[in-house]
Amino acid sequence: MGFEKFGRKSFTGVTKTAKFVDLLTEGKVEGTVCKQCGAKFFPPRADCASCLSKDMDWFEMPTKGKLETYTIAYYAPFGFEKDCPYTMGVVDFGALKLFARLANDIKPEDVKVGMDVSVRPLKYEDDQMSFEIIKA
Amino acid sequence: MAKDVAVIGVGQTYFVRGYEGSIRELAFEAFREAMQDAGITQKDVAASIFCSAPEYDKQRSPAGVLAEYLGLIPQPTFYIETVCSSSSSGVKVAYSMIKAGLHDVVVVLGFQKMSEITSAESQERMGRGADIQWEAPFGTMMPAYYALYAQAYMAKNGLTHDDLMNVRLKSATYGQVNERAVYRKGIKAEDFDPNNPDAKMKGAVAWPLRVGDACANADGASCIILANAEKAKAFSKKPVWVMGIGAASEAVNMAARPDFAKGLSVGYAASAEAYKMAGITSKDVKVAEVHDCFTIAEIMAYEGLGFAPMGDGKQLIREKATYKEGRIPVNVDGGLLSKGHPIGATGGSQIRTIVLQLRDEAGPMQVPGNPDIGLVHNVGGVGLYGNVTIFGR
Repeated sequence: MGFEKFGRKSFTGVTKTAKFVDLLTEGKVEGTVCKQCGAKFFPPRADCASCLSKDMDWFEMPTKGKLETYTIAYYAPFGFEKDCPYTMGVVDFGALKLFARLANDIKPEDVKVGMDVSVRPLKYEDDQMSFEIIKA
Repeated sequence: MAKDVAVIGVGQTYFVRGYEGSIRELAFEAFREAMQDAGITQKDVAASIFCSAPEYDKQRSPAGVLAEYLGLIPQPTFYIETVCSSSSSGVKVAYSMIKAGLHDVVVVLGFQKMSEITSAESQERMGRGADIQWEAPFGTMMPAYYALYAQAYMAKNGLTHDDLMNVRLKSATYGQVNERAVYRKGIKAEDFDPNNPDAKMKGAVAWPLRVGDACANADGASCIILANAEKAKAFSKKPVWVMGIGAASEAVNMAARPDFAKGLSVGYAASAEAYKMAGITSKDVKVAEVHDCFTIAEIMAYEGLGFAPMGDGKQLIREKATYKEGRIPVNVDGGLLSKGHPIGATGGSQIRTIVLQLRDEAGPMQVPGNPDIGLVHNVGGVGLYGNVTIFGR
């Protein structure tokens, strides 16, 4: 039930947004929306940065976006070396953006700024949960 | 120009790999030089501020330890941190204290002994360089973040790998004549050539950025001594006045960033504030130090500071306008790329360079024509923090 399950390797154990990991296991990538003022956030927040409300709800992220930018990492920090090279990018959904790795089945030479992409949950072989950018 | 607060002394160590001494001894070298430059003794100093990125320090709360070693007790001392822009943030706080009338002479000492920790420890910390909750779990590092900006920028604005290379060639030109720089070798275009098996700068680090696009880690310290007008006139024959200060912050998470092709927002916001306070425009700046932790960062800084229109920064490097003899000389001390980037010391080192330029004491790096206004652009994190400081004589 902890946030240590998030990502290839988590650096945060406890957060009020840990439900994000449960939602990933249910096949959903969700952000949070403020029940008071309607402000939407991704990555999720437990508290509203706009009106300072603590009353937040979950909402499902859009599925169609464009790849705004990307990079291919040939070096990695400690604990990620075996994954190299891997591609990370930013998806622009219009009102919201998302940062993640691109799926391994997208070849680096096929990645283009502006390409249509989507996002889906990802389960690693060691049961860590994450999400990844895929071709639309 | 308001002549309220001046820099009266500057100092900097050699930037090196593996400094053979402790952080207090490293700090002492920069402090001693700045004190001799100012011609003052410790009893003239009213307060001190120490600046570094704490994840490299084994010493908890270094300010008290360093203040004692420098002979600056019992005067007040404390610590300021904004990662790579820590020491220009320290100068902003020192300015504020002096302007408020709280203290008359303040020492700002930036330091970093990056070799204090092992390379494995350093790799581990680099994985936690930005948002540890939502981004580090993907395996992010500093070069990858700047590469995100580079990729979007190159796609939109026609910036090429040759343009990025030319930024590095410029920095190497001046790194060779800066005896304090960590990287003093010359670099040629063939060092970036993908077809040259011996090219040491061509290897991809985080595409599109290569080895040659990244600055060098280093150990080093810098020291800036500031004073009010009365003390500045009493102590210094060549005071360099603080004309304008601007600072800004930005969202840490890449998902909350505006258009990546437009560069770092803090450069625009901080410079607008600094120009307004100084009552000048970008055209009045005669020499500048910008935060070139990566080659792309220098191009983005040209635009954030108004030296080139948005999207057109490449023209400055293509026309060699930012060389010493050009329209707006930038990083003619080698910049972070060649001089090295000992995180907490960097802002103070940039300020020292501009102060020496305005005093006509920059030696082989001196910009001709007696520059009277200089600018320092110092960024912390991936544009998380930005400080722009303008100086005049």
